[in-house]
Amino acid sequence: MTLTDSEMEYIKKEIGREPNSLEYGMLDIMFSEHCSYKSSRPVLKYFPTEGEKVIIGPGDDAGIVELTEELALAIGIESHNHPSAIEPYGGAGTGIGGILRDIMSMGAMPVALLDSLRFGPLEDQRSRYLFEYVVKGISDYGNRVGIPTVGGEVEFDDNFKYNPLVNVMCAGIVPKKDLVRAVAPNVGSVFILMGGRTGRDGIHGVTFASEELTTASEIEDRPAVQIGDPFTKKMVLEATLEVLEEIPVDGVKDLGGGGLTCCISELAAKCGNGAKIELTKIPLREEGMTPYEIMLSESQERMVFVIDPKYIDAIMKIFEKYELPAAVIGEVTDTRKMVVEKDGKIIANLPADLLSDPPVINRESRKPNEHRDYLKLEYTDPEESLLKILSSPNIASKKWVYSQYDHEVQVRSIIKPGDDAAVLKVDDMKAMALTCDCNSIYTKLDPYHGGAGAVSEAIRNIVSMGAEPICIVDCLNFGNPEKPEVFWQFKECVRGMAEVAKCFETPVISGNVSFYNETEGVTVNPSPVVGVAGIMDHDNIRTSDFKDDGDIIIIIGKTYPEMDGSEYQKTLHNIIQGKPPKVRLKDEFKSAKAVLDLIREDKNGDITAVHDCSAGGLGVSLAEMAISGDTGAVINISKLPKEGDLDNFQAFFSESHARYIVTVKSNRANEILDKIKAPKAIIGKVGGNRLIIEDLSINISLEKLKNSYYGVIEKFMA
Amino acid sequence: MKVGIIRFPGSNCDRDVYQALELAGGQPEYIWWNQKDLSQIDAVVIPGGFSYGDYLRAGAIAAITPVIEGIKSLVKDEKPVLGICNGAQILAEVGLVPGVFTVNINSKFICQWTDLKVETTRTPFTSMYKKGEIIKMPIAHAEGRYYVDYIQELKDNDQIVLKFASENPNGSMEAITGVCDQTGLICAVMPHPERASLTILGSDDGLKFFKGIVNY
Repeated sequence: MTLTDSEMEYIKKEIGREPNSLEYGMLDIMFSEHCSYKSSRPVLKYFPTEGEKVIIGPGDDAGIVELTEELALAIGIESHNHPSAIEPYGGAGTGIGGILRDIMSMGAMPVALLDSLRFGPLEDQRSRYLFEYVVKGISDYGNRVGIPTVGGEVEFDDNFKYNPLVNVMCAGIVPKKDLVRAVAPNVGSVFILMGGRTGRDGIHGVTFASEELTTASEIEDRPAVQIGDPFTKKMVLEATLEVLEEIPVDGVKDLGGGGLTCCISELAAKCGNGAKIELTKIPLREEGMTPYEIMLSESQERMVFVIDPKYIDAIMKIFEKYELPAAVIGEVTDTRKMVVEKDGKIIANLPADLLSDPPVINRESRKPNEHRDYLKLEYTDPEESLLKILSSPNIASKKWVYSQYDHEVQVRSIIKPGDDAAVLKVDDMKAMALTCDCNSIYTKLDPYHGGAGAVSEAIRNIVSMGAEPICIVDCLNFGNPEKPEVFWQFKECVRGMAEVAKCFETPVISGNVSFYNETEGVTVNPSPVVGVAGIMDHDNIRTSDFKDDGDIIIIIGKTYPEMDGSEYQKTLHNIIQGKPPKVRLKDEFKSAKAVLDLIREDKNGDITAVHDCSAGGLGVSLAEMAISGDTGAVINISKLPKEGDLDNFQAFFSESHARYIVTVKSNRANEILDKIKAPKAIIGKVGGNRLIIEDLSINISLEKLKNSYYGVIEKFMA
Repeated sequence: MKVGIIRFPGSNCDRDVYQALELAGGQPEYIWWNQKDLSQIDAVVIPGGFSYGDYLRAGAIAAITPVIEGIKSLVKDEKPVLGICNGAQILAEVGLVPGVFTVNINSKFICQWTDLKVETTRTPFTSMYKKGEIIKMPIAHAEGRYYVDYIQELKDNDQIVLKFASENPNGSMEAITGVCDQTGLICAVMPHPERASLTILGSDDGLKFFKGIVNY
């Protein structure tokens, strides 16, 4: 039980009596951090949430933004960290299930999944087990439902050994005229519960997710993990789409964290209405369930439809076709109360908005003491260093992961996993780019620049594909917010993210906060996972692979001596220290605009490849372009735009933001260079079968690069 | 040409096949698993997915549904039947094509693009290719490793339709990933031609499978 003394006082004052045990349980889950966002709400106000294209911002099941004249994008992201730590297969699967329902609840067909995953090192047996089964859980669930998993990211670090992070992002497409919301506006309308039966799984899932884990969690908290059933989910999806096509519904909402209690109270409270539920009507999976268990169960694959009673027969017919249990479980009332009855007798009676809108808690925040024991590092051999970084599981090819995901179903996948972002066909003219990114090490070293950096990197990935960013979603994974140092990290991080979002006029339209990612004293590195969607014409799609021999390589953006927190520092010296790369807002925007302007004006395909610089710096970016293009390059880095005391070694491995690499047709190179309104320089030429850095004694065959980059994860997982 | 697309609970490539058939100039229509009478239909495609969740052996439950009776009578009328991925597994399970598609050699789901060699052009679906032509289509399955006890018979009867041309990712016998019955009218392929029906998706090599049906 997690209700605090002051919360109990508040509740008693509001209802004028002690809550009974069922009411207590209902309040307990609704006051949990997971359902109420009681700590994070005041901070999340920093985010810009409005924009010309925003149709529905934060607060509904998913955010909605305009894609084309007719179509809208529904997008959301969710964490399933605690369940996945305890039961990786089921935890990851139901994570997918939850975010799919959120998208379906808006009336949208889910068209893409992306996962952001963080585990302990692959050398650790338990981390390998968690990694293998999380990926299998995603694969078995997403593939079965028929939603392509098109992208994501994976990070391995000691820090996530006991607390893996599993974040899932989903995008859906919906004709604007078919949008539905999670509302119950009409008194007298009925609630229809459809889909999986209600059982004893996932009880207190949200309160468990709002506490730290312990070594005993794996055994004690198993019942709090929900059980997924992708086959039923697929039926629920098909039936939902058919209902929305056939029947004018008032509202739809999925049942996720907090089960029926959360779903019904939020539906009613949003419209200033009340609700009356009859417990005996709810289709149950097992006998003898108590009201407490029924109201708190987080059994999966359930949806609630709010409809005028005259459509009951029609809707039931559709559910029968799909052989899905469904029942009228209650009605919308004007009492503003959430009333639960059993055989007509009231067993719980609480104000709906008390449940849906608990008071915020203003948490204390305190800047932690800085570590000052900074080690000076000796340079290593540049060639060997590059190969080692390419073989770091964080940088190396993730083919082992994405080949287990069906990334082709629904025939939209234009750019497949492995590039900067996935690109999906929207219609015959337009495509959208999707990515999710995070750098937990930067955020640990400096939460402001880490948060800002995550948004910047995600935007760069979208821009590199030729798309204009249209919205941001975020999944903020932090430790215990009751610790002032953790809450300070959280506030600084959100502040940094918000600054970049404002600068790019890209609103944050949906998100999720996951606190309490701690196990017995180990707090995870703060991990702000940022998803960005972008839109482009088919003609503007660019990829990162080197294309033709002779193409000229241009770098856009300045390089600074920013080696702290870099992949180089971590892989070659096993050290994480110092100040991470700074986000310079104006530079970031200028570089992005320069790239997009080039692509928009490029009618003849003179811009042949685009890639951004992020983890691993210029070195890794060039190597990736060579590997994927199966073509080498000759580079001279001494001429690149720079600031500060920067030598060639640093220039190659520094992870300064705001940088892109572009290749162009050689006969147009100078003309194009002149057009770029940002710091820029020609640094080399595509061709041959070696990556040669003339002024850094690097001369590596493509084969050696590929051998370092591919097969790394496979070796550990064999 | 009215082409029926069979929908089982859990089919998930039905819409994709619909789109590809339209592109090929056919008139697709969906057929629910419990429909027995297919006499109004000129050809059938069983699309991919996870019929009934495929919690048992892939295709095991779909193989005993009423629509299978309809497909069998369609076959008697010499109308073409194409099974793709889960559809191929179902046709093998029913015994309408020889052999089995079993668990991949690495025991994992594999999604990737593959090079394929067209081994015969006598089926309606491959009639628009050249024999020996190399085409690009993606695979996406966990149970696609082909095995048959009587491989020589298949060779003698020209029943091998597609083979992996370079890598053999799932460990299929002799890299076989598409077979047909003795008449050539019933064809089961693991790769997804509908996912290779538009150049922007990576290739339109698969579209001829559907054009072949429409022109039959």
